[in-house]
Amino acid sequence: MAEEITCKELVELVTDYLEEALPTEQRARFEAHLSRCEGCQSYFAQMRRTILLLGRLTEDTVPPAAKAELLTLFRNWKESGESDPPAPAE
Amino acid sequence: MNDSTITQMDDVTLLAALRRGDESAFATLVERHHASLVRLAMMYVPDQAAAEDVAQETWLGLLKGLDRFEGRSSLKTWLFTVLTNRAKTRGLRESRSTPFSALAKSELDTDEPSVASERFLPPDHSQWPDEWGTYVSAWDEIPEEKFLTGETMDVIRQAIAALPPAQREVITRRDIEGWPAQEVCNILAITETNQRVLLHRARSKVRQALEQYLNEGL
Ligand SMILES: [Zn+2]
Repeated sequence: MAEEITCKELVELVTDYLEEALPTEQRARFEAHLSRCEGCQSYFAQMRRTILLLGRLTEDTVPPAAKAELLTLFRNWKESGESDPPAPAE
Repeated sequence: MNDSTITQMDDVTLLAALRRGDESAFATLVERHHASLVRLAMMYVPDQAAAEDVAQETWLGLLKGLDRFEGRSSLKTWLFTVLTNRAKTRGLRESRSTPFSALAKSELDTDEPSVASERFLPPDHSQWPDEWGTYVSAWDEIPEEKFLTGETMDVIRQAIAALPPAQREVITRRDIEGWPAQEVCNILAITETNQRVLLHRARSKVRQALEQYLNEGL
């Protein structure tokens, strides 16, 4: 097998690895290094945790004031019965 | 309809209810998508108030166009496309917006290590060239609740706010909103490779901010 990768190289490849964008050989080197290097295992775990936490930001809720405004918008729309003119025939 | 059934309905069912003028259906859709719309609008307009405005216009556009919305694309895709167009127009009007391609290019033109090189042993080290000099800490000892506190989430929000714009946009769409890579490449007109570079740089910086914050407690 070709030369091993270093820790400094591994940290640059984490996203490519997770996105399955590494060529087969490079992927094998990545995994071989990871299996023997505790420092990189911690680093890799941190990156995965970071990505997981980023995903939780979607759970942000709508502030009450913004929601109230939108509901007013809805009621006005409903009262006016306003809608766009029908699309021209294609 | 009671509230717990309605929050479980999919967008298609909610749209049907919305056509009948059901306000709770609208409220549920707002709860589901509004925060994402505002977050994306922030990429193009200068402040939160403007982002809220653009998101509101998008909802109004949906209501007015309900009869024509035939579900050829998912509601989410529709909302985001309309929002992006409106936000861009507005961003241009307020002349704050630089095309994404130019932002991306300037960010990609610079070299940026994911981890400060001081943390590695020197390349000419006799035994362990370019291996960790200072280990990153293992986070397994940190209690699970710690990760989910408002404070930790704020660290992440701040780290994202501090990112250069192209990186911020890519990480927001990919990791926060969960869009597939291909869709992000298409909408931003960048190659898959460049998309991954921007995403990686953004993730690396958020990780670093988290490490800095979490290590204070170790
Ligand atoms: Zn290593």
